[in-house]
Amino acid sequence: MNEFWRLPVNVSSYGGDIDGMFMLIAWVITIVFFAVEILLVWFLFRYRARPGRKAAYMHGNSRMEVLWTGATALIVLFIGVISRGLWLDIKDPLRFPEPGLQLIVSAKQFEWNTTYPGADGQLGTADDFIRRNQMHVPVNVPVRITLVSEDVIHSFYLPELRLKQDAVPGMQIPAWFEATQTGEFTVGCAELCGLQHYRMKGTLTVLSADQFNAWNAQQVAAAGAAPGTTPALAAPVMNNEAAGSPVVAAASHAH
Amino acid sequence: MSTAAVPHDTAAHAQAHHEHIPFIRKYIFSTDHKVIGIQFMFMSLFFLLLGGLLAMAMRWQIAFPYNETAGFQGQPLPGGDLLPETMVVQGIMLPEFYNALVTMHGTIMVFFAIMPLLVGVWANYLIPLQIGAPDMAFPRINMMSFWLAFGAGLLMLASFAVTGGAANAGWTGYTPLSINDLYSGVKTGQQLWALSLTILGFSSLMGSVNYITTLINMRAPGMTWFRLPLSTWALLITSILILLAVPVLAGGLIMMFFDQTIGTNFFKPETGGQPLLWQHLFWFFGHPEVYILILPAMGFVSDIIANGARKPIFGYHAMVWAIIAIGFIGWIVWGHHMFMSGMNPMLGGFFMVTTLIIAVPSAIKTFNWLGTVWRGNIRFHTPMLFALSFVALFVIGGLSGVPLAAAPVDIPLHDTYFVVAHIHYVLVGGSLFGIFAAITFWFPKMFGRTMNETLGKVHWALTFVFFNLTFFPMHMLGSGGMMRRLYDPTQYPHIASMQDTNIFITWCALILFAAQLIFMWNFLWSLFKGKLAGENPWEANSLEWTAPSPPPHGNWGDRVPVVHRGPYEYSAPGATADYQLQTEAPTGQPLPATH
Repeated sequence: MNEFWRLPVNVSSYGGDIDGMFMLIAWVITIVFFAVEILLVWFLFRYRARPGRKAAYMHGNSRMEVLWTGATALIVLFIGVISRGLWLDIKDPLRFPEPGLQLIVSAKQFEWNTTYPGADGQLGTADDFIRRNQMHVPVNVPVRITLVSEDVIHSFYLPELRLKQDAVPGMQIPAWFEATQTGEFTVGCAELCGLQHYRMKGTLTVLSADQFNAWNAQQVAAAGAAPGTTPALAAPVMNNEAAGSPVVAAASHAH
Repeated sequence: MSTAAVPHDTAAHAQAHHEHIPFIRKYIFSTDHKVIGIQFMFMSLFFLLLGGLLAMAMRWQIAFPYNETAGFQGQPLPGGDLLPETMVVQGIMLPEFYNALVTMHGTIMVFFAIMPLLVGVWANYLIPLQIGAPDMAFPRINMMSFWLAFGAGLLMLASFAVTGGAANAGWTGYTPLSINDLYSGVKTGQQLWALSLTILGFSSLMGSVNYITTLINMRAPGMTWFRLPLSTWALLITSILILLAVPVLAGGLIMMFFDQTIGTNFFKPETGGQPLLWQHLFWFFGHPEVYILILPAMGFVSDIIANGARKPIFGYHAMVWAIIAIGFIGWIVWGHHMFMSGMNPMLGGFFMVTTLIIAVPSAIKTFNWLGTVWRGNIRFHTPMLFALSFVALFVIGGLSGVPLAAAPVDIPLHDTYFVVAHIHYVLVGGSLFGIFAAITFWFPKMFGRTMNETLGKVHWALTFVFFNLTFFPMHMLGSGGMMRRLYDPTQYPHIASMQDTNIFITWCALILFAAQLIFMWNFLWSLFKGKLAGENPWEANSLEWTAPSPPPHGNWGDRVPVVHRGPYEYSAPGATADYQLQTEAPTGQPLPATH
């Protein structure tokens, strides 16, 4: 079934739950689809007009109305109840896991700029550095993102991470993900944002903890050598981050 | 017991009325609900054709983009040389034109094709005829409703010709892209877009005030609420939805227009405005709008399926209550368009549950249609084929809504081709198939001639097959991660790997479009050369089939039909035929001669 639906590779900690829910719903609706369509086609064949036959004269059946209304209600309520928990686990900031890395992603026509906390591990300070259309994160570490936009609405879309979240000018929208594999993955824009919407893409590079720390140290050194860019967001939106390396005990998060 | 209900010699009376009406008042600035309905039909069929043409240009670009670095050579747009260099340069479509196509295809199809084809045409044409009224309650407001819609359509068309081109911020017009030409590159086009839709909104409001008033006040003697055909029921609930929803859109559009022109700051974040406010206003209108676009088709299909199956509609009362339930619940589901918008996730949880609940009345309707064909004696005339296809395809469109309604599953699916597939299964497989069913069914009443059945069936078969081949694979493109509204999808490697599917879809879409030429030919040919229809060619029950075809001005002349039974009395025991007109007296007197 995965192949039928062409789901992208999943490298997200919560992607498996989303895919599982998708598959569950896909099976439920596939079964209902075949049941209804087969019944329809069978009735059309069985009760096609023939000379001398007459249709049954009936106005309905209350018991059947109750039956199919109740059955449908039970199925959709079941889907609603199980979906709601997963939805809040992923999207409710109160349920976000303790982040190992905090980033600001600032969208503008037509690029994704990622602000890193820099040497002090704090966002909103002078040593933050910004990378354009490039995002580097460590594997197996929850990454918390604050999404902002400088111009119009964009939508931060990471197909392999099963993450999508709009970036709205004037709002700071939290999101998170945890990559479970190293490699390079797609960052795209899913909301029509203007002329080059189709080219508003970046790359997410997921590194091992050691590689990430090395990369980060290198970037910190480079940023220290050439300061100049000020962070896109001066407000200290992140205030619970432990000082020091932005990667908080990456190894302990490894699954 | 009852006086003869339906006069069959009204043509003579009507002729007398006609003599006093000059051509321009009779056919152009007409107050006759039937003429206005037909005017809406010609206008919206034109826009349907135009909207389809825009879609073909989009599909060509999606299938054959120029992206040499990724190995896609591209193909020049056929006929692209005819377009100015602001749209197509040397056969290559410009991204700004693509974005305008995306926007105008959606806008034109939703507001100028499907909505008037369902409501403007059939509420006007059918309501007085199905309730036994000589005309609408407010004929002049009705005329104004059409001419406002016409003016709105001209404005929308004109926007293609202004500097900067037509609106290109999507048919949803999300702010601030739609209010700031620094971001979109389009100034006048966006203003015309807002203005045109505002005017169209007033047209819809005038129409719905009229439909509701007419339905409440002008029903023929004996036409109780539960003797109304389901078409009329659906049009009544639709009119109420329009009356309550369109002012919200119009308000939002006026705020947008002020932001664009006189410097207000409703939606501008840099000066304290709220971009999400537009989304709330738009979708608070927009989701009832979805039901505005499907309920009338459900009504037509119910009438046609009962007629084709020669059987009373299964669960008439359940059908009516399901329409009303959809009308109510439709108001509290708009947030499911905004799951990813940054709206509080607790709200997302609420909207998910309400959205799933609306599946229940939809399922009630589907099962009742199945119940209607069960143990019927089914005649497969062209309208019946389209109506049955409506059921088959609406099932797909409804079911593909479930994963989108489940918010966590919507995370990967939102703003992808899965949504494009879903909306087209509902609006084409549902609404447009319902419209084709309605046009082929009531064409004989409108013009006195039937459409050609063979051409009708060929058109149906090609449309059904190529509709599915075009839109079903889009589900997989979406779950595969293809975003909407991409000028060049091959820019993304994970989408480029599915390019074969996109090329396949484009060819199927072109054939689907070509198949509509058969319908056009059949429609125009049958206007003049079709077989003469008589009053009741489908042997149906409801009141419109007791009037001459086409009905004269005033419909039944000086006499008012009297209603004795419901509209679905097919195959009743003891009746002389397998149908009984609503006007037939309850004593079981033989049918009046109708031919």
